[in-house]
Amino acid sequence: MSRHGDRGFRFATGAVAGLVLLIVLGIGFELTRQSSLSIRKFGFSFWTTKTWDPVAGDFGALPFIWGTLYSSALALLIATPIALGIAVFISELSPRMLRQPLTYLTELLAAIPSIVYGLWGIFVLVPVVRKLEVVLGLKPALGVGMGAAALILAVMVIPFTSSVAREILKNVPSAQREAAYALGATRWEAIKVAIGFGKSGIMGAVMLGFGRALGETMAVTMVIGNSTIISLSPAKPQYTMAAVLANEFTEAADELYLHALIEIGLFLFIITVVINALSRLLIWKVKAA
Amino acid sequence: MSTTSNARRRKIVSRIFEVLCAAAVLVALLPLALILFYVIKEGFGALNLAFFTQMPKPVGEVGGGMANAIAGTLMLIGLAALFAVPIGCVCGIHLSEYPGTRFSSVVRFAADVLNGVPSIVIGIFAYGIAVLPVKRFSAIAGGVALGLLMIPVVVRTTEELLRLVPSGLREGALALGASRSRAVFTVIVPAALPGILTGILVALARVAGETAPLLFTSFNNRFWSTSLTQPIASLTVQVFTYAISPYDDWHRQAWAGAFLLVVIILALSIIARLAVRRLERMNRP
Repeated sequence: MSRHGDRGFRFATGAVAGLVLLIVLGIGFELTRQSSLSIRKFGFSFWTTKTWDPVAGDFGALPFIWGTLYSSALALLIATPIALGIAVFISELSPRMLRQPLTYLTELLAAIPSIVYGLWGIFVLVPVVRKLEVVLGLKPALGVGMGAAALILAVMVIPFTSSVAREILKNVPSAQREAAYALGATRWEAIKVAIGFGKSGIMGAVMLGFGRALGETMAVTMVIGNSTIISLSPAKPQYTMAAVLANEFTEAADELYLHALIEIGLFLFIITVVINALSRLLIWKVKAA
Repeated sequence: MSTTSNARRRKIVSRIFEVLCAAAVLVALLPLALILFYVIKEGFGALNLAFFTQMPKPVGEVGGGMANAIAGTLMLIGLAALFAVPIGCVCGIHLSEYPGTRFSSVVRFAADVLNGVPSIVIGIFAYGIAVLPVKRFSAIAGGVALGLLMIPVVVRTTEELLRLVPSGLREGALALGASRSRAVFTVIVPAALPGILTGILVALARVAGETAPLLFTSFNNRFWSTSLTQPIASLTVQVFTYAISPYDDWHRQAWAGAFLLVVIILALSIIARLAVRRLERMNRP
């Protein structure tokens, strides 16, 4: 009886666990189904054209893709060295006493809601950025724009990258560092050996941060300026995929408009799934080693 | 001579990088301090009794509060927990009882991937399954969206905490002839229960601050509502609406709302942290 019961238990809990898998597949299926009109009508040109005209029913998502990729890339450029510095400091350099509190404080950055970042961004960060743009002579000096968005994104991404990188460094066997010291390495040279050992895991940590940045919505919506401009200038207001969803979804009156927005959601889903999958694989590989 | 100067140079380089790493910590803590400072400065002063007890005033009138949004947020996270906790916990139990199977690794991977899906995308999915079919924004749809966000967090913390239970306990129960399900429900889960509750608190803290998935599921409501099938207000959406409005009094209330959110989230995460510490102490051999 007990063996029979065991099998039943295994299948019953397994069925519930399978739900998690079903949810991920269900999201992909549902988003594809709900964007069929736009996929059929625009095909690949949806991703390469930049007209976004709900009134005329003409949709091209290029400005949003550009804004998402550019803001995330800029954020990563700022966040990665800082996040890795934090990971190295906490795991290799800090006095034992400070480790726990510093870990907790940096992780607090991840606990603060996006909407609070956004509120702070509008009323505190944007005026500072505006002043900076005036001083530097950057036009149009609105404060809102790509630069403010990248700065806020960077702060939001740091805790994710640094906590994974810290875990990876913790998993590097101490023999690696000891060997380096035995060969006469300085502290930093020994750390470089440890980083080299966990290289692919640290790549994973950076990609995890990238995935976070791509999908971040509220804070970016509130400071990026929401304008379909494609520009390299950090002073220009621009737009992201997540921001256009947050702003326009409830206003989508006709079906094609709604399908076009959901197609943007589908694209966001696919790239975040791919990036997260890759980063998890890299992290698991290092942890298993 | 040249070797000693080389050694000195390497030491200096090492020192410089060590200082840079310490500086990185300060650079990251600066925005944290600034955000908390402004949330406390602007938010605490803006809190008053009316904020907790009154409804929003019509546009242009000063005063009023977020009573409906506070109730709405509590209701939404309650709904989310109702739906996510059973699924997440059972899934976590499966993963920790059968950790090595191919199925378990696939599910674990799916949970991690789901955890990384942007919350706004989860919102669209919830819109597709809970709003479109009935053509109406509702508290239920918001609960579904938040629940979907909660599931992966509950799954992974449940699994991790169940694994902290000393394997002797499980083996003891099985050796006494208990079935797997009996061992799980009478021995292993009770031993890890405080930890699992902690995991649920952490997940609640995460979804309590979510805005994006609520924008087009539970939408917003200027009136008091506890109906499951009507749109409902939430603290986060209300803060967003007020923050991008042109009215000073609404900005003041947005800061108050942000302050309340941060207090709720910090309280939940500190409770969780203390509970984990106690658990670790208990399980230490």
